Amino acid sequence: MTDSHSATQSEALVRVDHVTKVYSRGNQRIDVLDETTLTVPKGDFLALMGPSGSGKTTLLNLLGGLDRPTSGSVVVADQNLGAASDRQLAKWRSRHVGFVFQFYNLLPVLTAARNVELPLLLTKLSKAERRKRVKIALDVVGLSDRADHYPRQLSGGQEQRVGIARAIVSDPTLILADEPTGDLDRASGDEILDLLEALNREHGKTIVMVTHDPLAAERARRTLHLDKGRLVSEDDLRGRSRTTGDSVHEAVA
Amino acid sequence: MSFLYLLWRNLTRKKVRTTLTLGSIFIAFILFSALLALKTAFSAGVDIAGLDRLITMHKVSLVQPVPIAYQNKMEQVDGVARVANAMWFGGVYQDPKNFFAQFAVDPERYLDVYPEIQLSDEARAAWIANRTGAIVGQPTADRFSWKVGDKIPIQGTIFRRPDGGAWEFDIVGIYTAEKGFDDTALVFQRDYLTESFAGIDGFTGWYVVRVSDPDRSAAIAEEIDALFANSPAETKTSTEKAFAQGFANQMGNIGTITTGILTVVFFTLLLVAGNTMAQSVRERISEIGVLKTLGFTHGQTLGLVLGESYLLTLLGGGTALALMAWVLNSFDLGGGMFPVLYLPTWGILLGCFLLLFMGFAAGAIPAWQAHRLTIVDALRRKG
Ligand SMILES: Nc1ncnc2c1ncn2[C@@H]1O[C@H](COP(=O)(O)OP(=O)(O)O)[C@@H](O)[C@H]1O
Ligand SMILES: [Mg+2]
Repeated sequence: MTDSHSATQSEALVRVDHVTKVYSRGNQRIDVLDETTLTVPKGDFLALMGPSGSGKTTLLNLLGGLDRPTSGSVVVADQNLGAASDRQLAKWRSRHVGFVFQFYNLLPVLTAARNVELPLLLTKLSKAERRKRVKIALDVVGLSDRADHYPRQLSGGQEQRVGIARAIVSDPTLILADEPTGDLDRASGDEILDLLEALNREHGKTIVMVTHDPLAAERARRTLHLDKGRLVSEDDLRGRSRTTGDSVHEAVA
Repeated sequence: MSFLYLLWRNLTRKKVRTTLTLGSIFIAFILFSALLALKTAFSAGVDIAGLDRLITMHKVSLVQPVPIAYQNKMEQVDGVARVANAMWFGGVYQDPKNFFAQFAVDPERYLDVYPEIQLSDEARAAWIANRTGAIVGQPTADRFSWKVGDKIPIQGTIFRRPDGGAWEFDIVGIYTAEKGFDDTALVFQRDYLTESFAGIDGFTGWYVVRVSDPDRSAAIAEEIDALFANSPAETKTSTEKAFAQGFANQMGNIGTITTGILTVVFFTLLLVAGNTMAQSVRERISEIGVLKTLGFTHGQTLGLVLGESYLLTLLGGGTALALMAWVLNSFDLGGGMFPVLYLPTWGILLGCFLLLFMGFAAGAIPAWQAHRLTIVDALRRKG
C-alpha cells in the first residue's frame, strides 16, 4: 500500500511485510514502526527521509539484520531475518550487507587498508586474495594512496570513503547507509553521494540510504518518507518524473 | 592481518596503561619465581631426604659430639644396613664470605649411605687411599676453579691446628649429585682430623644410618636410642626427613610467609589486570558493535576480549617466568649460601597455571559483557 513499486516477487531483494517495532524502556512503550510494508527491488537506490526519531535507523537496522521486528516479517536476499538466530544473522550479514555509518566507525588502531580488510577476516580467502580485494575497494573510493594512513590522519570525507570501501569489500548484496553525509560539509558530502551513485549505476549495487538532506535524497532513484511509524511516498503519489531528474527515467531492474 | 594482530593492536591502544599493567604482572611473576626458589631451597633437604636414612645425634643438640664407639653397637641393631659418621668442620677458605660446608667422614661408609653422590671409581679409590684427600662438589669446584690435584688450604675455626696453620686438603675427586641434593660440600677423611687434633679421636658429630626396611624406621630409631639410654651421651634418632624438617623450621615458616605474600600479590594483580581489561572494553563498546555489524559473532567478540586478556598476562608473566626459570636454573645464584637455589618443574607448572587462571579471571567479565552486547545498543552509544 505504501510501496506501489511494480517489482515482481523474484526481483525484490528486500520485502518488509507489516512490520511493527516496539521498544519498551522500563514500563514505557515506544511504538516506532507501525505495520510498515516496503519492497526494494534489486538495483534500487532508495532514500529514506523523515524527522529525527521517526524510526529511520530502526528500519535500517531491521533491513540489515541487526535487530528483529516485534511482528511482521523482513525477508532480505531470501533470508527471513526475524526467524534467524544471532549466529545465522552474523554470518548472513558478513555475506550480504555492507554498512556505512554516519560517524564512519573505523577502528582507530588500524590503518585504512586494515579497516577495509576487517570484514574479510571472517572469510576463508587467501592473504593474496584479501590484499587484492582491499586494493580494489580502495581504488573504487579513490584512496589507494592513503592505504597506510590511520583514521586520525584522514579528513572526515576520506574516513567515510574508507567506510564505504569497508562496506563493499566483501561484495555485498545490499548496502545500507545511515546518514552517510550527516557529519560532512557539502563538498565532502557530494563526493560520498557521487560514490554511492556510481556504486548503484555502474556496479549495480542495491542501496538504502537514510538522510535528512533533500539534496542527498535527490541522488537516489526514489525517496520514501517515514512519518509516525508509516512510510509515505510523495514521489509515487505524484508521479516520479517531477521530483527527481533523469535518474527516474532509468528503468529499475 | 590476523586475529592476533587485532588483539595486539587493541592491547597496545593505550600504551602507558598497558605498559604499567604489563610491568605489574612481570614484577609479580618475578617475585613469585624468586620466593618459590627460596622456599624450595629451604625445604630442599626435606624433599630429597631418603626414607631409608636415619640421623642419630646427641640428645642435647647437633653440636655435642657423640662417641665414635657407638658405631659398632649401632650396626648390631637388627635392620640397620650401614652406619656412617660425619662431623662438621666449619673451616674458612681465604675469607668467611666463601662459605661452603665441610665434613669429616669415613669415606667408604659415607659413600655407602649417600648413593646420591656421583663419583668416578678412580676418584673413590684415590680418596680412600689418601689421608689428606678430599672430594668436593662440582659447583664449589667451579666457584673457586679447583681441579683434581690442587692443594686447598682451609683455616680451622673449631679445629685449630697446633701450629696455627691451615689444614691442607688434596682434591682427589669432584662429585656431582642429583638435583636437590646438596652438591656444594667438601668432604674429607676423619683420620686426617683426629690424628692432628688432640681429643677428638674418640668422637664424631652425628651418625647417618641406612636401614634395610624403611617401614621399620621408627622401631629401629627407638632401639638405637635405647642402646645408649642412661649413658653420659644419650642419643636422639629421627628420620632424615624429620631432621631436615626441623632444620627448615628453624628458618621460620617460609612456606606460610611465601604463600601469604603471593596471595596478596596475585589478588592485587588480578584487580589491576581486571581493571585494565574492563576499561579497555568500556572504551570500545561502539567498536564492538561495529565488529558485530560486520558479521563477528558474539562468540568471536568474546574471544577477542579474552584473547587480549591472555595476551596481556602471558606477555607480562610468561616472560618473567621464562626469564627466572632460565636465570635460576642456568646460573649458581646461591653463592654457597643456598646450595640448591633453583625453580623446580612443579613451580614452573604452577606459574603457568597461575598465568592461565589470571588471563581468564581478568578477562572473563569484560568478555562476557562484550558477548552480551546487542548491536543496536552498542551503536547507539557515543564513543
Ligand atoms: N534500543 C532502543 N531502545 C529504546 N528506544 C529506542 C531504541 N532505539 C531507538 N529507540 C527509540 O525509537 C525511536 C526511533 O529511533 P531511531 O530509529 O533511531 O530514529 P531516527 O533514526 O529516525 O532518528 C526514538 O524515539 C528512539 O528514542
Ligand atoms: Mg537515526
